[in-house]
Amino acid sequence: MSALTSFALLANATCRPWPEVPEWPIADLVRLTAGELERGGRLCAWFGVPETGGVRVVAVIAFDADNTLAVARSTPFSGSYPALTPTLTQAHLFERELWEQHGLKPEGHPWLKPVRRKAGQAPANGDFFRVDGREIHEVAVGPVHAGIIEPGHFRFQCHGEEVLHLEIALGYQHRGLEEAMPGGPHLATMSQMEVIAGDTTVGHATAYATVQEALAGTEAPLRAQWLRAIALELERLANHTGDLGALAGDVAFLPTSAAGGKLRGDFLNLTALICGNRFGRGLVRPGGCRHDLEPERLSLLSKKLPPVLADVEDAMAWLWDASSVRSRFEETGKIFTEQAKALGLVGVAARASGLVRDVRFDHPAGWHRFAQSPVAVWPDGDVFARAKVRCLEIQRAGAYLEEQLAAPPDGEMRDDLPPAAPDTLAVALVEGWRGEICHVALTDAAGRFRRYKICDPSFHNWMGLALALRGQAISDFPICNKSFSLSYCGFDL
Amino acid sequence: MSLRLILDLIARLALWLLLAPLLPGIINKVKAWVAGRRGPPVLQLYYDLARLWQKHAVLSTLASPGFVIGPAVAWVALAGAALLMPLGPAGSALSFRGDMLLLIYLLALARFCTAWAAMETGSAFEGMGAAREVSFAVLAEATLITALLALCVQTESTSLVTMLAPAAGAGAVLLAAGLFTVLLAENCRVPFDDPNTHLELTMIHEAMVLDHSGPPLAVILHGAALKLLLFSLFLTEAVLPLGQLSTLAATGALVGGVLAVTVGVGLVESLLARLAFRRVPLLLTTAFLLCLFALLMAWKGGAE
Repeated sequence: MSALTSFALLANATCRPWPEVPEWPIADLVRLTAGELERGGRLCAWFGVPETGGVRVVAVIAFDADNTLAVARSTPFSGSYPALTPTLTQAHLFERELWEQHGLKPEGHPWLKPVRRKAGQAPANGDFFRVDGREIHEVAVGPVHAGIIEPGHFRFQCHGEEVLHLEIALGYQHRGLEEAMPGGPHLATMSQMEVIAGDTTVGHATAYATVQEALAGTEAPLRAQWLRAIALELERLANHTGDLGALAGDVAFLPTSAAGGKLRGDFLNLTALICGNRFGRGLVRPGGCRHDLEPERLSLLSKKLPPVLADVEDAMAWLWDASSVRSRFEETGKIFTEQAKALGLVGVAARASGLVRDVRFDHPAGWHRFAQSPVAVWPDGDVFARAKVRCLEIQRAGAYLEEQLAAPPDGEMRDDLPPAAPDTLAVALVEGWRGEICHVALTDAAGRFRRYKICDPSFHNWMGLALALRGQAISDFPICNKSFSLSYCGFDL
Repeated sequence: MSLRLILDLIARLALWLLLAPLLPGIINKVKAWVAGRRGPPVLQLYYDLARLWQKHAVLSTLASPGFVIGPAVAWVALAGAALLMPLGPAGSALSFRGDMLLLIYLLALARFCTAWAAMETGSAFEGMGAAREVSFAVLAEATLITALLALCVQTESTSLVTMLAPAAGAGAVLLAAGLFTVLLAENCRVPFDDPNTHLELTMIHEAMVLDHSGPPLAVILHGAALKLLLFSLFLTEAVLPLGQLSTLAATGALVGGVLAVTVGVGLVESLLARLAFRRVPLLLTTAFLLCLFALLMAWKGGAE
């Protein structure tokens, strides 16, 4: 990263004035971005900013080892540009999205089709990759599923029970969240940010609040940062526990499956104890938190947490002790480290493939600058590894919470937020329970949002699921899917 | 004489039809108990059947009448198979030389009809489910036939009522293990199938009946309960020496045996995860070998 004069460097949760972001002709930006990504950078966002005379492309790259982010932009242009994807797979969805949103065509993109919409409205279920042959059959699953899950379409090309190829089409829940942002923040914006993915309320709300605070050149009070960290870990605990229970349910292992749902509820109730909402809605606000944790409720929380953690420990032990479960999890849905790196996976899926990739560790912001828990990594890349990483994170989040609840910082919970700086670009990364949440905001001359880019971890990881299914039995799809546990609405925005 | 036979058959049929839906209720109760839940009522399947019977059936415009005929024929075949089974001390109403062959064929007919009805829908899931069902059936049927053969050799008879009266001899334990495995496979229980799953891609039997609704679905569910009772009864009678007990003791042993098998299914379902499909043939082959050894023991034991 010596040649980084071509990019502006900034830390997580900070901002740069828009004119200071280096500007390159698009061909140069593609070349420079490719250079940085090949050097080990990771593409966090690649999006367009419409302007008179065309669209500017903005690249946000993360250098995890250096705890640094790098941004650069292109000069406005329209038409086409040389695609990054042929050499850098991790850009493939970003380039498709850019094409869909702004009509900038990546020349040489191997699979250019819409990401969320077709002809402006319908979900992106256009043409699918097909395998030909007399013994090949195609299985279409969804968007209406037999269980109560979100809509998504899965197209399998199978040879008997073996999956040769899986293509995933999403977009059924596209709500136009990004499109609603320009001119904002509006009255509804905070609520919209909390439902980008309903199970990641605290994660997305924290990212949004952090962006707002960065634009205002301030920071939430320490006590608010502390409470956000606690709520974030509670969210992680609830979802990981629920997912492990659901994984057990998918292989019909009753003990852990029965306990998982109940224990998830216990964690959600702890979040409700903090803010009155089981998913943490209404807790995180720009400038701080809307609810304080008084000593009485703090001690109640500290008292209620350990028994739940102990129960989770038991339920996990049943899961790991059952050889019938291990034989289903091991060597199923494998993603090799090189593949995970090429696809730019984040979060649990990346760490389960042996990549040390955790925003709390690589790009600490907020309370995580002062208190961190060890990164949970497992090398195998199979369903077992993803379950194991979740289990480790449950243990570490539990220990982290117990440690943090014992030593609350004093001070205010919420400060007034100064007005946002005009013509400024701010980036916030938060490690939600699924992985890296990236919010990028660009303000106009009046300090209102001009462009707001949201990147849910699911956006990076759905392709990982498709790859994990290659050569697997189609009957193993549910456990592979659940081991990734990705968000449909977080992707659809 | 023939009036008595008819009355006897009607009474037996009523008993089978009424009692069969109890077994899934017991299994679910055991599973709920292990998981620390209250669980659905034991009589839930009766309520479900009553509810489904009052509903309309939704029929695909593309499906041929086989979509409805399949479940009906399958149900009749299963009820017929049930009537062939001797009921411990009550013996059998219909018994003739070689009736065990008819039993095997009736079970096969039921399976054929279910698969046929599944294929009628043209859905990818149902075709997949039918393919799985018939491929695993190859091994399950072989196991069942071998078990029956072992009993034939043991008792030197091909009539179920004589075959099932004495104990299975030295191979009883092998036969019990083999037949219990087949019971789990044939009745789509864990570890072969998961009756509770909502995941179409992992289903075997459930996938075949996804598009059925109303009365045809009720008939399918009732037929499945009949099959479960039939296999539990067969396992109990094959292993326990009911013919050598007094009427009261034999009745108690029969009911106790069926209940024990049912609770056993519930416990297996509570404590085991499902097998991956590629391992299913392994377990079924093991069951086949167990029955094969039971056959060898019956054969060699008889020669001494």
